[in-house]
Amino acid sequence: MIRVVLPTHLRTLAQVGSEVTLDVSGPATQRSLLDALEDRYPVLRGTVRDHVTRERRAFVRYFACQQDLSHEAPDAPLPDAVVEGIEPFLVVGAVAGG
Amino acid sequence: MSRVRVLVGTSKGAFVLTADGKRKSWEVNGPHFAGWEVYHLKGSPADPNRIYASQSSGWFGQVVPRSDDGGQSWEPVGNEFVYEGDVGTHQWYDGTPHPWEFKRVWHLEPSAEDPDVVLAGVEDAALFRTVDGGKSWQELAGLRGHGSGPQWQPGAGGLGLHTILQDPNDARRIFIAISAAGSFRSEDGGSTWRPINQGLRSEYIPDPTAEVGHCVHSMALHPSRPNVLFMQKHWDVMRSDDSGDSWFEVSGNLPTDFGFPIEVHAHEPDTVYVVPIKSDSEHYPPEGKLRVYRTRTGGNEWEPLTRGLPQKDCYVNVLRDAMAVDSLDPCGVYFGTTGGQVYASPDGGDSWEPIVRDLPRVLSVEVQTLP
Repeated sequence: MIRVVLPTHLRTLAQVGSEVTLDVSGPATQRSLLDALEDRYPVLRGTVRDHVTRERRAFVRYFACQQDLSHEAPDAPLPDAVVEGIEPFLVVGAVAGG
Repeated sequence: MSRVRVLVGTSKGAFVLTADGKRKSWEVNGPHFAGWEVYHLKGSPADPNRIYASQSSGWFGQVVPRSDDGGQSWEPVGNEFVYEGDVGTHQWYDGTPHPWEFKRVWHLEPSAEDPDVVLAGVEDAALFRTVDGGKSWQELAGLRGHGSGPQWQPGAGGLGLHTILQDPNDARRIFIAISAAGSFRSEDGGSTWRPINQGLRSEYIPDPTAEVGHCVHSMALHPSRPNVLFMQKHWDVMRSDDSGDSWFEVSGNLPTDFGFPIEVHAHEPDTVYVVPIKSDSEHYPPEGKLRVYRTRTGGNEWEPLTRGLPQKDCYVNVLRDAMAVDSLDPCGVYFGTTGGQVYASPDGGDSWEPIVRDLPRVLSVEVQTLP
């Protein structure tokens, strides 16, 4: 199970708590993790990634293991600690924006 | 006794204000969607408990919540707004081509007959429609595709489609307005469009009388006389007596003919309201006096309405969708300011009182008159 921490406004939108856990089929990547997140919570479609391009929205960032993963390739493997559920994958609203 | 429900969109959420027909004692409910920009929310004439809202954020994009209980509870519906076909380009601020990019919904206009049918005006300017209560949205691509789209350019607030007026006598006739492109009319339910800007004059475009490029701020009509349109433009208050085929100026004795909203009295088709402000770029009331101006002659002769409004040191603005009227008798008039006040007049504008004083920046005000 992969742990995902959402920003406050998306928790409210999805009606979830501070952390959600997801099963990801196949290789665990940003793309497969976010696909699983949107499958579980369809209301989040378009709020983290663009509906059409599936690219990260400009003012959203991805952090994990004290690193900025925002610019990693969508199909790059997630860190082992995230895959093993030791560390969460953080979806974060950028400091600027809104 | 009849009631009114005032729907207020702000830069940090939505508020629902309710009162009985006296419109003296108000209940304030909100914020809904706290922290999100709510450009607009509007109830269905066919089912007043059905309300649609535009909830957006620089971080997380567009959400469209829907209420089926008069704004007490909300459920997100569809938020996928995808332009049809080749996206193409409009003009950027400097006149260079720039691709169309969806940013947010500016205005929601529910159908008079069917609560599941809604038109949405968006930025970058386009018109979308849902026929399933907001679950899915399809572009009415004939508007962007009719030919002048590459000449449209954003106003200071963006390239937004902000006004949608439906002819109550002919559901296939629709008027829309875009900053900064101008006004357009469809006679076939939104499939095909033509610009209706003859008579407008705008010194900020290379050809001041061009077919498109005019920064229309808002338009209004009275349901009993839908061929008469009133327009607040980026300079000039205008009127058309032929469904937009031609326009003439009715600014008359206004202290400044710049402003954003324009509304028509519910029972008097020649009674119109505007809020003059200073420009360029100041965008606050002349002399620090917040005055609504009313004409009872369809334009040209305007009177200031000041009773209950601040008459010194007031430097707020009233945005284009932030004024509305109810249909009670006497007609109620409402507007919200960028300073967070929502003012109500239960007597057609003769006197005003604030319903609330300290909301976030008010982006839109709509009113529902309920049985």
